[in-house]
Amino acid sequence: MSKVLMKGNEALGEAAIRAGCVHFFGYPITPQTEVPEYLVKRLPEVGGVFVQAESEVAAINMVYGAAGVGMKCMTSSSSPGISLMAEGMSYLAACELPCVVVNIMRAGPGLGGILPSQSDYLQATKGHGHGDYRLIVLAPASVQEAVDLMTLAFELAEEYRNPVMVCADGMIGQMMEPVEFATEGRGLPLKDNEWALTGRKDRPRRIVNSLFLSPEALHQHNIHLKQKYDEIERREQRWELYNDTEPYDLLLVAFGTMARICRTAIDDVKKEGRRVALFRPITLSPYPYTACRAAIDALPESGRVLTVEMNMGQMVWDVRYAAEGTRDVEFYGTAGGIVPSPDMIAEKIRALVPAHAAEAAGISPTSV
Amino acid sequence: MSPDTEVLMAGFGGQGMLLAGKVLAQACMDLGQEVSWLPSYGPEMRGGTANVMVCIASKPIGSPLIESPRALVAMNLPSLEKFAPKVRPGGVIVINQSLVDRDPERDDCVVVKVQARELAQNAGAPRAANFVMLGAYAGATDVVPAAAIEQAIAEEFTGDKARFVAPSIAAFQAGLEAGRRATFLMRS
Repeated sequence: MSKVLMKGNEALGEAAIRAGCVHFFGYPITPQTEVPEYLVKRLPEVGGVFVQAESEVAAINMVYGAAGVGMKCMTSSSSPGISLMAEGMSYLAACELPCVVVNIMRAGPGLGGILPSQSDYLQATKGHGHGDYRLIVLAPASVQEAVDLMTLAFELAEEYRNPVMVCADGMIGQMMEPVEFATEGRGLPLKDNEWALTGRKDRPRRIVNSLFLSPEALHQHNIHLKQKYDEIERREQRWELYNDTEPYDLLLVAFGTMARICRTAIDDVKKEGRRVALFRPITLSPYPYTACRAAIDALPESGRVLTVEMNMGQMVWDVRYAAEGTRDVEFYGTAGGIVPSPDMIAEKIRALVPAHAAEAAGISPTSV
Repeated sequence: MSPDTEVLMAGFGGQGMLLAGKVLAQACMDLGQEVSWLPSYGPEMRGGTANVMVCIASKPIGSPLIESPRALVAMNLPSLEKFAPKVRPGGVIVINQSLVDRDPERDDCVVVKVQARELAQNAGAPRAANFVMLGAYAGATDVVPAAAIEQAIAEEFTGDKARFVAPSIAAFQAGLEAGRRATFLMRS
């Protein structure tokens, strides 16, 4: 199929359909409303069901029900709405039900604003709902990657029987870029499984439940979940490096929209002879600590690390955790929906690393 | 990778700048280029200003948001006042003279003034002043061939809306001519 020009939110909706999603439950909120707006038209065409719930709390519980009977389903919202879904997400994780939740982040806290932000990082990766559970969290940096990660999200949700969050921001949601869809729409239900509530005729009954009144049983359940999260951590870390083939004096760490803006800043300062690489986690959870550490260790003695985020400093905790005190990890961020420009980041870079005169004159380091 | 070029198209909500930007992005995409179309979606859209930044490049686009764009298409005075000072030196500023009677005070840019409303009316498409402006931008720069824009207009309006194709293209051509003439006069 050839490329089409599509808004991020609409592309997410189409990608869900092509991944076989047949049920959507949600409630409108800027800047993600085009996801439900798109699916309300598309889902009936593939025999699916769209329900506008009375609230986000209802929407996530409808997802809980649909996932419980083995249907491929999803919801989407933006930051305040995602907060309302926290309890339901904990239940879904506890019952090991596959589903996909899209968060098109806006600026917070509280009702905040409607402009792009990355301020739900800690919520998504560390502490959304209550209890000892983990989400798989995927962070796209373009509309095409949003589509690709949406497909992956449904696959991972089914493989691990776990909720997966696609965590983007208002800029990815609202922007149009060319996209290509790899798979044709299928509209199939989940693979045959042994846990879904499909009617108990001719077989033992199944129970979807997160209540364990016996401490031993609940302890065992937590151990089982932990083993699953460990396996996810071993197998599913994803990341990308940029401009790392030559030696670098500064490592930027950024995700999503912020990472692509850093790429432009890196290209701009390269002309001045400044050597800067970028580490971009694609899975925010499980976080690619080992790869991040390797990128930090590749720096020379005098090398610097700078984390750039559209928040007041959240992922920087993980970068510091990866560095294990071997380096100072500096932070630059904006809030309120202000998206740092490449010029603002380039300015930060200039203050941290020197220019190599030979490269600024157009001579590559290998020829010196 | 910095975009090869970028244009900020701005006006009142409803003046069609977002659509004009989409047609531009579609045309460049059809030609095999990388594009991004980033609208303002703040609360100011309701009755206020609406703008879109279109980036066009031969390689994947990094930041879709550029502080100093190479071109500005200003449909109204607030857009001109807000964004003209940001245009990169040597850039292009296209002004809708039907609504704006002020100069951008930028000696270091190519300034193209277009009677967008009158040209649209004369072309038989009074509602297509946005495509006149897009035409003027295309005529004043070599960013995209006219045929690609005309093709993109035809792709944009299909089904019930197919009747808008011919007048939109007529308006675009009127703007194209005005843009070419303005830059020709400047060079000679």
